[in-house]
Amino acid sequence: MIDLNTTFLLVVIALVLCIILALIRVFRGPTAPDCVVGVDTINTMVIVSMVAYGAAFREVIYIDVAIVYALLSFISTLFIAKYIEGGEF
Amino acid sequence: MRAFVITTIVCFLIYLLLTTGSGSDFLGLWSNIELIFGILLSLIVGFIARTVFVKNNYRLLNPVRWILFLGYLIGPFFFSLAKANLDVAYRVITGKINPGIVKISPGLTTDLGITMLANSITLTPGTLTVDIDEDTNDLYIHWINVDKKALEKKPIDCSYICGSFPQWVRRIVE
Amino acid sequence: MILDILIFVFIGIGLFFNLLAGIGLLRFPDVYTRLHAGTKCTTFGSIFLIGSVVLIGLNMWWENDTNGSVLAIHSAAALIAILLTNPVGAHAIARAAHRSGVQPVGAVIDELAEKRGKTTSDSQTGGD
Repeated sequence: MIDLNTTFLLVVIALVLCIILALIRVFRGPTAPDCVVGVDTINTMVIVSMVAYGAAFREVIYIDVAIVYALLSFISTLFIAKYIEGGEF
Repeated sequence: MRAFVITTIVCFLIYLLLTTGSGSDFLGLWSNIELIFGILLSLIVGFIARTVFVKNNYRLLNPVRWILFLGYLIGPFFFSLAKANLDVAYRVITGKINPGIVKISPGLTTDLGITMLANSITLTPGTLTVDIDEDTNDLYIHWINVDKKALEKKPIDCSYICGSFPQWVRRIVE
Repeated sequence: MILDILIFVFIGIGLFFNLLAGIGLLRFPDVYTRLHAGTKCTTFGSIFLIGSVVLIGLNMWWENDTNGSVLAIHSAAALIAILLTNPVGAHAIARAAHRSGVQPVGAVIDELAEKRGKTTSDSQTGGD
């Protein structure tokens, strides 16, 4: 039986593969909103992989970073969407 | 004054949640210095954000509504979230789509209710909120598999898109 | 032992849906359908992956390790942040895409474009 710490490291590697799939969409996206969709998906996956990394090493500090990253990436997504929309801030 | 007290208490609860395990003075989980700092910080934040967080609507102070909200999250919401994901899985694998943007009028009046309904719609089967008409509170929904029967009657019946969600939201926040 | 199996099942479901989100982003034809894949699947996958971490934390707490309580509560806070912010971000992107003129591919009906066309023509005639 594999122990749990190794399992969570494997989870992080699998999530990196998913991130690469989304990154292909970011580079290939025909319009700007396509790129933003890819970046938004990557943000969520990065948050989850940070939590899995924290669980693998039993370090809480990574999970704190993940919470802050979630809120900051949300704000950046909103601002990029506002910029694409072309309205006033 | 009431808004200030509510905002301060909510901020302090969140601070307590994020600083568990900092010491063993209070209930074995928090240290005294963290508690004092938490009270000071939540007083400052409560003073600054008292008009942003609470807007003359104290209905959500009722504990019955919290229990209803939890029941909604665990029961119908989680069930349709699971169904939504199986649906998206089916469409990713087969590639069959039939999209369209339709308008529904759920008949909710408060901002909080509209926000909850829009978020629920985004996470449930085959639908995504695109835009809101702020005068009449109508929602414009991107529907991944448009039902021909639903298009015959305008405006479109809510039960095709979101099932019984408007009744739940009305019971929780209005 | 049962807990270990439950954690492995949760990890399996979470990884499957995250992978599905990646494939869906590549396979779907336009922005709106990609948002369906990118929002729903990652939210559902995150619930299960972070849920497994919460289970580990609760188990450590049960065995009198205070580090476990911190792990469980902070992971749950990250999960709540994801659940609150993901649909709002998707809504913002969809609205921005429609206002910047991206049409849904192969759409049967587009009531939003009809409404917007009506209001802009009204304002133009009103301006003249």
